[in-house]
Amino acid sequence: MSFGPTTFISAAGSTPVLVIVIPLLAAMLAPIVSRIHRSVGWYLATTATFIAFLLSLSLLYTVIDGGTVSYRMGSWAPPMGIEYVVSYFNGFVLAVIAFISFIITLYGKKSVEQEIPEQKIPFFYSAYLLFIAGIMGIVITGDIFNLYVFVEITALSGYALIAMGKDRKALMASYNYLILGTIGATFLVLGIGYLYIATGTLNMNDLMQRLPEIYDSTTVITAFAFIMVGLCLKLALFPLHIWLPNVYTYSPSIVSALMAATSTKVMAFVLLRIMFTVFTPEFVLEVVPVTKILIVMSCVAIIMGSLIALGQTNIKRMLAYSSIGQIGYITLGAAIATETAMTGSLIHILNHALMKGMLFMVVGAVVYKTGIVNIKDMEGLGKRMPWTMAAFTIGAMSMIGFPFTVGFISKWYLATGAIGAGMWYLVPVLLVSSIMTAFYFWRVVESVYFKGRSARIDTLKSPHHSDEAPFGMVVTTLFLAGLCIYFGLWASGPVEVAKNAAAFLLGS
Amino acid sequence: MTEWAHPGVIMLVGTILIPFLKGGVKKSYMLLIPLVALAATYYSTPGTTVWVYDYMGLKLVFGRIDALSIGFSYAFCIMTFIGGVYSLHLDDDRQHIAGLLYAGSSLGAVFAGDLLTLFLFWEIMAFSSAYLIFAGKFKNSTKAGTRYLLVHIAGGLFLLAGILMYYAESHSLAFNGFTPDGPGGATAFYLILIGFLLNAAVPPLSAWLSDAYPEGSITGSVFLATFTTKTAIYVLIRGFSGAEILIVLGIIMTLYGILYTIIENDCRRLLSYHIISQVGYMVAAVGIGTEFAINGSAAHAFTNIFFKGLLFMGAGAVIYVTGTRKLTELGGIYKKMPKTVVLFMVGAFAISGFPLFSGFVSKAMIIGAAHYEHMAWTTMLLSLTAVGTFLSVGLKLAYHLFFRPNEHNELAMHKAKEPPTNMLVAMAMAAVICILFGVYPKALFSMLPFPTDYNPYTMDHVTASLLMLGFTALAFYIVLGKLNPHKTLSIDTDWFYRKTGGMFIYFINSPLLKIGDLIAGVVFTAVPNGLIYFMRNPLGAFKIGADTFSLAISGSDRRVKLRSRIKREKAIYPGDNIKHWPIGSTVVWVAVFLLACLLIYFV
Repeated sequence: MSFGPTTFISAAGSTPVLVIVIPLLAAMLAPIVSRIHRSVGWYLATTATFIAFLLSLSLLYTVIDGGTVSYRMGSWAPPMGIEYVVSYFNGFVLAVIAFISFIITLYGKKSVEQEIPEQKIPFFYSAYLLFIAGIMGIVITGDIFNLYVFVEITALSGYALIAMGKDRKALMASYNYLILGTIGATFLVLGIGYLYIATGTLNMNDLMQRLPEIYDSTTVITAFAFIMVGLCLKLALFPLHIWLPNVYTYSPSIVSALMAATSTKVMAFVLLRIMFTVFTPEFVLEVVPVTKILIVMSCVAIIMGSLIALGQTNIKRMLAYSSIGQIGYITLGAAIATETAMTGSLIHILNHALMKGMLFMVVGAVVYKTGIVNIKDMEGLGKRMPWTMAAFTIGAMSMIGFPFTVGFISKWYLATGAIGAGMWYLVPVLLVSSIMTAFYFWRVVESVYFKGRSARIDTLKSPHHSDEAPFGMVVTTLFLAGLCIYFGLWASGPVEVAKNAAAFLLGS
Repeated sequence: MTEWAHPGVIMLVGTILIPFLKGGVKKSYMLLIPLVALAATYYSTPGTTVWVYDYMGLKLVFGRIDALSIGFSYAFCIMTFIGGVYSLHLDDDRQHIAGLLYAGSSLGAVFAGDLLTLFLFWEIMAFSSAYLIFAGKFKNSTKAGTRYLLVHIAGGLFLLAGILMYYAESHSLAFNGFTPDGPGGATAFYLILIGFLLNAAVPPLSAWLSDAYPEGSITGSVFLATFTTKTAIYVLIRGFSGAEILIVLGIIMTLYGILYTIIENDCRRLLSYHIISQVGYMVAAVGIGTEFAINGSAAHAFTNIFFKGLLFMGAGAVIYVTGTRKLTELGGIYKKMPKTVVLFMVGAFAISGFPLFSGFVSKAMIIGAAHYEHMAWTTMLLSLTAVGTFLSVGLKLAYHLFFRPNEHNELAMHKAKEPPTNMLVAMAMAAVICILFGVYPKALFSMLPFPTDYNPYTMDHVTASLLMLGFTALAFYIVLGKLNPHKTLSIDTDWFYRKTGGMFIYFINSPLLKIGDLIAGVVFTAVPNGLIYFMRNPLGAFKIGADTFSLAISGSDRRVKLRSRIKREKAIYPGDNIKHWPIGSTVVWVAVFLLACLLIYFV
């Protein structure tokens, strides 16, 4: 890549683009180098995600020290060329995503070897890295069409990843997602097209400056409606969530974990990004009543997600519906649109990624060792896999919102934000969902620890002894569990970043 | 002195080592922890605020040390020690750890100077105490434990909601007296109050207690009887002293608890109802709110900790050796476990308020406080409950547990013997304290928040108590005849007490208990189970519901068809998950959404 004489080289150099290029390159290399040995793919993926994580961390620190970093792709100046922008807001999300992807990759070696047929492993890692490159691209890009491209990269690699699930129903799940995901993406690109027609630019900063003059134009409002609906479908906001439970249930364990931790969160991020940095807070608050609609939708999502999770017998499904409820938290904070609530929303992106990623990793470990996905069959697992189940318990406590876990921090900010904005009636929604969360998670904890041994475990080899998942899986899971507590106790760091990001989004 | 060791944290941290120790070392270590905590309490300076931390800009106070918190800390530490001795024979690390976590978090709540710290320890209490119920391993322990935990999580959320409202308006977490017109308004006031009252087991929020405590493990229920309700009294004193609604609630509690004890058959369940009734005294005293009443409330909490602990230990010992908890299957074992009987009777006399026992002093203070404030009804009703207490614990329970000729269960009789020495020692310690507080009330008064020179041993008070107790005993003796029926039936004036007594018992037995069971059934079973069933496949469930409805309204020609359809639908329910929510419906939803958005935006 050559830099012309006019190129502005920021302090961070080319770090912003390297974050994307490294996983992208690794994705291309994966099918080739995996011919050498089947485990090379894993080493490649781990290295690539680790480097991406380090880079994203250095970017975040650069942003904290010196403000927004911008990178011009191919040294074309922004309104024409594609710009990568890292601010407080997306630097934070980028670091979270890179970190979670790294941990999940580290975790997944054995699980992938067991669940994916050997000849497909090279392609698996290729799609896997492509997926990660895609979500990181979504976060980092400053160009709205480029964003669409990355959304499609993520989605297409996602379809392939899901379809590699062992169960034949994975194909059905992938197909459903393909159809609905495509509809979502189409809406998104339609909206972007309308915006382009109206303003003649695709750069987000540029759009933000040009749009206010024409806020009352039909084209812009229609564009906004298309984008909103498309994104709500992509982030599985109830009742547009139908693709999600099947995807999380039938895809390979590591893919469930990765998607649960990153993909919907990134879509929520995009929603925030477009609402507040392409359009402005005035637009979403005053010109169109979108925040009011979103508050109602989020409450419905929170309650319904938790309610449906109550009825699930399959643990992956239960976690999936729980995710649908939790996404409601993120959109709720965004829709209240005060600094405190927005902080809660952003911190919940981190917190939920930690919790849900970890919970799916636990399920992955259980599936790896025993093949159990039914909650009833999990009876007695507490003795058999004590460490894994300890991690699950911590995750469950955190989801319930036990004080000084990460789940509590999110709820605290969301609730105080809601009350501060005069919407005290949202507090019962949060609390009722907490009770339901307690109910469905406790059912699992109860059967894991306080019931006898299920017939299913009796059929396994030496049912009386403990039989833990491989070391790598247990350690990574416990590490995330530890973080669930660590970031609950020493929350100031992430909260500070999230607060700044919230202030940035609200333009204050 | 700025250096301070938090007694609660000593217990919480102390648990870490338990799994790694063995044998005698472990036992002495477990007894050492509460003693160290006791020493830490002794060396705390009243009137200081220590262990203040900053958490995301919130001020957390772990150590608010004053006379009130120190008094509760003494009582809790001593009772933890006694409970530790009582469970010494037990080889179950998890129970020991849960017990200490429970005690430690209660102490944490006692020393908490702000609402968030309080909430933290509040939740740890709920989870650790739930484990003690799970560890009961009785038939219903797991279910009761789950219900207990969920109720407490729900109560905790009420508290949290109140805290949030309070914080959002005042930006302070200070835990001082609440008023309906303080920050957060009446909403915050009542939400926090509900959270506290749930833990204090005020009816109708009390069902969890009598439901769960009898299912707890034998050693665990000694802890359970001590901490949750007394911590609730502590926070009520802190936050709501003088709130008049508490007087009414307290009186209702005392009477409610007593009514249920009269018919109860499970000995620990009976004692659980007594907790409710005794805590009622304390709640009422908090409501009266004068310094003397607060003293009475705290004093009754302290005496109650020991005599209720003693009674639970005695009942636990009987269950431990005989393996049964039903009163109808017990009795006649006094010959085989005389020491237990003597110690149990000390507790029974203390709870009944015999002169020279601890209950006499503390009950006198509360009734006296009501009397000084000229609350005639309160005074009278509280005195009435004292009679009921003596009747049901001192007489009924003791009689059925130990003295009644045993005709039903030879096995229990055969198995009965003295419990392990450590149990007896623990009971003896509690008994000594019960008598000490009664004989030398100054020991009790030194633990109270306000200085007092009250003298319960006035001539008229002692005489009145003795008369009341004497007549109660006499009445019991008469009713006893009814319990062991004679073959002849003579119609005499006894008809009145027979019939009215019978009607009274019918009233409690039938409508009251049934309604209670109905509510519990609906809240804990029907609603959640119905929801769970429905949510397996909402569409399918809805279809079944619709078909059932049309079955009800349609003519006979369609009925056969409908019946077979419902049958088929039920047979395949919930069916294949992947087909529940077809893509088509989502696409329709998307279209509806888009339309709705556009319509709303443009209009």
